[in-house]
Amino acid sequence: MNLYEFCRGLIHWLVDLINNLWYWLGDVLPWWFGDFFDAVGDFAASRGHISVMAIGLEVLIIVIVALINVLNFIWIDRKLSGRIFDFYGPYYVGYRIGGWLQNLADGIKLFVKEIIVPAKADKFGFMLAPIIFVGSSFLALATIPLSPHFGVATNESGHGVSAGVIIAFAFFAIAPFSILIAGWSSNNKYTLIGGMRSAAQMMSYEIPMLLCVASVFLLAGSFSFFGVVDAQHDVWFAIPLFLGFVVFLVCLVAEIEVQPFDLPEAEAELVEGWTTEYCGMRFGLFMMTSYLRGYIGGALVTALFLGGWQGPWFIPDEIWFLIKAYAVFFVIEWARWSLPRVRVDQILDVGWKRLMPLAVLNLMIAVALKTLGWF
Amino acid sequence: MAEMWINMGPQHPMTHGLWNLRIKVDGETITDAEPEVGYLHRGIEKLCEDRTYTQIIPITDRLCYGSSLTWSHLYCLTVEDLMGIEVPKRAEYIRVAAIEMQRIASHLMWLAAYGADLGLMAGFIYCMRDREVFIDILQALTGSRITYNFPRIGGVAHDVPSNFDRDALRACTYMERRLKEYEEMFDRSKVFMMRNEDVGVLRRTDAMNLGVTGPPLRGSGVRYDLRKDMPYSVYPEFEFEPATHPDCDCYARYRVRMDEMWQSCRIIRQAVQKMPKGKWRILAPRNAPEGTGVGRVEDPRGEGVMYVVGDGTDKPYRLKIRSPIFVTVSAAPKMLIGYKVADVVAIMGSLDMCIGETDR
Repeated sequence: MNLYEFCRGLIHWLVDLINNLWYWLGDVLPWWFGDFFDAVGDFAASRGHISVMAIGLEVLIIVIVALINVLNFIWIDRKLSGRIFDFYGPYYVGYRIGGWLQNLADGIKLFVKEIIVPAKADKFGFMLAPIIFVGSSFLALATIPLSPHFGVATNESGHGVSAGVIIAFAFFAIAPFSILIAGWSSNNKYTLIGGMRSAAQMMSYEIPMLLCVASVFLLAGSFSFFGVVDAQHDVWFAIPLFLGFVVFLVCLVAEIEVQPFDLPEAEAELVEGWTTEYCGMRFGLFMMTSYLRGYIGGALVTALFLGGWQGPWFIPDEIWFLIKAYAVFFVIEWARWSLPRVRVDQILDVGWKRLMPLAVLNLMIAVALKTLGWF
Repeated sequence: MAEMWINMGPQHPMTHGLWNLRIKVDGETITDAEPEVGYLHRGIEKLCEDRTYTQIIPITDRLCYGSSLTWSHLYCLTVEDLMGIEVPKRAEYIRVAAIEMQRIASHLMWLAAYGADLGLMAGFIYCMRDREVFIDILQALTGSRITYNFPRIGGVAHDVPSNFDRDALRACTYMERRLKEYEEMFDRSKVFMMRNEDVGVLRRTDAMNLGVTGPPLRGSGVRYDLRKDMPYSVYPEFEFEPATHPDCDCYARYRVRMDEMWQSCRIIRQAVQKMPKGKWRILAPRNAPEGTGVGRVEDPRGEGVMYVVGDGTDKPYRLKIRSPIFVTVSAAPKMLIGYKVADVVAIMGSLDMCIGETDR
């Protein structure tokens, strides 16, 4: 039973329960009311209505699971940076669970803060940027299944969307566009430079990243997460495509904009880059979503290169997938807190002159492996 | 993209204080730069004219939060020159040991800020942690942590505490071990070298013409250290080598400061081991004679000069302070033009700005 079937069964049961009462009401009321009640009840019990409701419930469950993961990620980030920097990290709020509630406390603080819009800002763009940023990131998240049973992309036949990975990357790549909008509409020179940097960085890192994904597609022979993961049954793609794995990881760090490549929000020179003018919950949404993108990145690496949910039988598939995603996030954070920030021209140099040829070489390796018939 | 002026400051993470760097950028490339200082002017020179010679010592402490001891020491040197006082040997040795500890603490604070500027937060936290070791010893010696109010005209306020020599030697051993770790952490980091090599080049002739002193000048390959070239206090009795580096870039300035910390450890060891017995303070007269006195010291940031005019009363007629950073920051356009916006933090960070002494 997958998540969709579970939700469908739950909704079916609920509708049956309510319809019992509903039809009884239709029986006791006069005939013209009764017809109306019967029609509504039939609609509620119809196949289409139950499917839509089931999908809505499914999305709700997936978003809640993702948000809990994001809270975990922020907590891991703080604790890990504390360990690296020789201090404890948060531990007062939620003392018995290692300061885990600190994130919730910070969220409440951000919620009650005033939202200030600069007088000369472009109000519409200023409001639109967080919506696009958060929305596109959640859409990318929704396409990623944690297991064959847990994911929005599983339909009734259980095979999933046939181009799931491509859709995930398409949504994932929208974010720099909203960053550019945020930088421009804030009417501030620092945010403008941050937005421009983000656009330049996206252009130079998206291409090698997608070339690595193309090599995975080539070996797997499928565009869907299920096909890609099934193809890694014997050996993880990180082993034959080690080069692509490394290039993908570096590009991912640039794409989710964390430390060595966090030029768009470089704190020392651009104050906070494109988030300078945002405050209150809008800033909170930006920050939460950047961790959400870290989660998406970890999940993508896991699904494409680390064998997805395939692992020992005694660990549930979903937990095994999350363990791998957390491990990838751990590596990203480790690099984040121990490397200085690179310069904007250097990051473009690395993107075009180093990663791009390596990605092409990786694609050639994939073609050779496929041609030799080893995959 | 059209050129535009950007105000980096007065309140900006890059500034480490309160000053404004206006840069003109073409895209990301800097085409012009103009430092503006003066936001923190407190009128210290004027304040000094209304206080007695002893009351001025705590004010000179407030000149620089990073190395307050060197400034009060410089003031005492200047007034001793005016009054013609010979300071006891033990006091001189205590002063040198304390000043070299202050120099290490100041350079560590610089390294911490530099790490944070370049995005290396681990460097920030580690350096601030190791600075505590020297701050603690100075606290045992003087009683306070930032503004020490320790030197007196004619000596120092009190003798060293018990176990001072043991603590100082232990701190030096600890620091030398940590310095090796820093050199592994910074010098062997590819990204750190990418950000520092061939960035902010200040040519040797430019540095000399603009009056740059201290680590930026020695980083441009000029061997100019007042402790060697124009010795004051008891520095001639110590063995050490002024640190220089020929590269003229940010990495050279970083390297000079690291080498200076090694040399400071050497000096502290010698000062503690050779410290003579005797008095640590002689009483100075309350009134200074008519005349002038000059003092020059090698501050952690460059050459500090004070010039005092006495008029026979217990208050100075005039006290002039020459701040090293006030002069060094005028070399900013020479270093900045042609580099990227992201290099501003590396270049200005490598100068070790201290606004307290710049604006006085």
